[in-house]
Amino acid sequence: MNKTSISLKTGEHWLASPTTRVLAALIIVFVLGLLFNADGAFFKWGTHRDMLRAVSVYGILACGMTLVIISGGIDLSVGSILALTAVCFSLFTIHYQTAVILAILVCLVISSLCGIMSGAIIARFKIQPFISTLAMMVFARGLAKWVSGGQKISTAVQQADGTYQYVEVPGVFNFINSKLLGDNITVVTVIFLICIVISYIILTKLRYGRYLYAIGGNEEAARLSGVPIIKSKLLAYGLSGLFCGVAGICQAAQELQGDPEAGISYELSAIAMVVIGGTSLQGGRANMWLTLIGVLTIGYLEKILSINAIGEDKRLMLTGAIIIAAVLLQKTKK
Amino acid sequence: MIPQNTNNKPLLLMSGIGKRFTSTPVLDDVQFELRAGEVHILAGENGAGKSTLMKILAGVYTAYTGQIELDGTPVRFKSIHDAASAGIAIIHQELSLVPTMTVDENIFLGRELSKGPWLTKKQMQQKAKALLAGVGLEIAVSKKVGNYSLGIQQMVEICKALAFESKIIVMDEPTSALTDVEVQRLFAIIDKLKKERRGIVYITHKMEEIYRIADRITVLRDGRYIGTAPAAQLGQSELIKWMVGRELSSQFPRHQANPRQTVLKVQDFSVPDQAGKPFPVVDKVSFELRAGEILGVAGLGGSGNSELLNGLFGAYGSGVSGNVTLQDNAYYPTGPAEGIKAGLALLTNDRKATGLILGMNIVENTTLAALKKYAPFGWLRPAQEFESARKMGQSVHLKAASLTMPVDALSGGNQQKVAIAKWVDTNPAILLLDEPTRGVDVGAKHEIYELMNQWTAQGLAIMLISSEMPELLAMSDRIIVMHRGKITAEFTAEEATQEKILRAAMGNTDKTDKQGSSHH
Repeated sequence: MNKTSISLKTGEHWLASPTTRVLAALIIVFVLGLLFNADGAFFKWGTHRDMLRAVSVYGILACGMTLVIISGGIDLSVGSILALTAVCFSLFTIHYQTAVILAILVCLVISSLCGIMSGAIIARFKIQPFISTLAMMVFARGLAKWVSGGQKISTAVQQADGTYQYVEVPGVFNFINSKLLGDNITVVTVIFLICIVISYIILTKLRYGRYLYAIGGNEEAARLSGVPIIKSKLLAYGLSGLFCGVAGICQAAQELQGDPEAGISYELSAIAMVVIGGTSLQGGRANMWLTLIGVLTIGYLEKILSINAIGEDKRLMLTGAIIIAAVLLQKTKK
Repeated sequence: MIPQNTNNKPLLLMSGIGKRFTSTPVLDDVQFELRAGEVHILAGENGAGKSTLMKILAGVYTAYTGQIELDGTPVRFKSIHDAASAGIAIIHQELSLVPTMTVDENIFLGRELSKGPWLTKKQMQQKAKALLAGVGLEIAVSKKVGNYSLGIQQMVEICKALAFESKIIVMDEPTSALTDVEVQRLFAIIDKLKKERRGIVYITHKMEEIYRIADRITVLRDGRYIGTAPAAQLGQSELIKWMVGRELSSQFPRHQANPRQTVLKVQDFSVPDQAGKPFPVVDKVSFELRAGEILGVAGLGGSGNSELLNGLFGAYGSGVSGNVTLQDNAYYPTGPAEGIKAGLALLTNDRKATGLILGMNIVENTTLAALKKYAPFGWLRPAQEFESARKMGQSVHLKAASLTMPVDALSGGNQQKVAIAKWVDTNPAILLLDEPTRGVDVGAKHEIYELMNQWTAQGLAIMLISSEMPELLAMSDRIIVMHRGKITAEFTAEEATQEKILRAAMGNTDKTDKQGSSHH
């Protein structure tokens, strides 16, 4: 036997583990729902299904945000890229009747390129992610307005003579808004869950996922260990852009239009979800399950407040307070 | 040296100190006594509880058992501020200065001089200047602290302690980032502080420092009090025995080297200044390295020895110049990944800043530099990683409760072993070791020396930088000395003495140096 004493146990009490703490926040919110159930509305599956639908677009953004935050960065441009893709997707499907697959592909390429561009500026020119993605946030918003001519791209299509004529809603919109499994889950929610799984695989199964953690943990040590910094960052921001594209397509379908003003302040909601999931903005630590829990926590909170007919003013104030409470709950005592 | 005021009340008396983190006791019935005007070394391996004891003294940890008496009065600090007001100052290993603030702002940080709500800047600047002059330093106090070298920052930190008339000054490995000249200056200041009847607690892992400045030594081991003795009465081997609990065969167990073929040939290698100054930090350096040998690279701060290793490895990318032949192939540094591929491994001189990802676990850190091996087509193989990390951990004698614990929960020595394991896992031909034993306790140091023996026996070549001269002298088979980017001398292990190396390190290229006059 060797003298080294290495055992498999992690030596951490399960009650003190971050996952338990984050879960605690969700459970508290859930119990609140059971108590303030709005005359039994909370006990109906439909309420939960609607909550999941409402939170899906944000959740998809939070997937990309988690990857970027793990690498020690931040992505403020997600709301704008979402709007850009929503506008493009509506233009392709409503105005030009492009084949759906082609429209989706082109939109995802556009959104990914936006992300890669921020990533390239961050990695190559060593510009702070906050600044670089802030610039992309402004730029992509402008691009969305330019592409759409500042108009919402809806099924009311302006004709050559200046009159508006309603065209049919594209089938893909209806598909994304439809429900599956006997009306029990919406397609948007399924897409969100797929995004979670993809991000999970990247983070835990792939070499590049490990690199993102390493870079977020200590970029200089990672670089000196031969970690490809530039490629990894391009990947993180590129994926964030890709998820924005997915979210933008879903958003267009849900609103039945491409609104160049869509997605304003969505980046903050996505960041809030990641943070409620217990992820430090310093990078290096987090996982997808925590983000999923964060998404659900905010989703339930909003839903419970809305079924109890609490006004938006109080809802916003409460949400702010809950974010702090949840993060305090996760703080480990020394 | 005779302790002067044996009969007086001690300046500080800590007795029966106990402290637990969750369930494990880290301190158990520890006592410590400090007299005015003495330098009291607090010694022990990493994890012995030295820092914890000092954090209790400084009011960082407020939950503990036992008694603290200051000048005979019992005290119990509720905060860092409490302890500071009572005259206790700690100078940490990692400096606690704000680099973007000026020197005087730092010195008075948190206790600014003011008239009503208005800061009295002039007064603070003047007082800061006077304090700095007191330690023999004349620098512009209105400049930002970040502009100055670590050595000067250390002095500023000391002045911060002096500004508040601290009676007790705790120095936690203050010299770990200092050059020799700066160390001399620090020691001079310590002498002055002693004369002013202040008490100094000094924590260090460097043997020569202990005997340079110690009046008394207290040793802790595994959170327990082992003993206190005047430095003159506690010999080095006895001290080591107190610290590790057993006798070590010899402090530096370098085996007979058996150099083989040349693996690295460097000609006119230069590294430009990274800050853009026109003088290269490594200036047309040429040397050869053979398999199975340890080549020491000596030099004072600014000599360029660390930059030489970094430059060869590719840490500065392709901004370097020169002809390098590595294992009979032309090699041109372009980046760390390429350096690793060519068979180089660089153990950096600061494991926390540039060596490890502290939040990641032992397995992830161990496999990071060779991750491609464990991820065919990009998919990780965790079981294979774990198994390899376990083997690597064993080979470097890593002691850890679990391989999946984050490395920041490990002691300094074990952290260093993880950093070493990471590089061994890349299967290098040449190990570039920059301060491999910095901040590592005696027992772990010994194990690292034994590893170096093992590697050279296997045919690896090692380049070694160490600011601990006895270590460098004992472990190197050959030593090159650098001064301002140039190699000024080369010695075999037999020729080398501390005096010769210092002379060459200070720029004396006179090869016909007289024999060193004294030995340590």
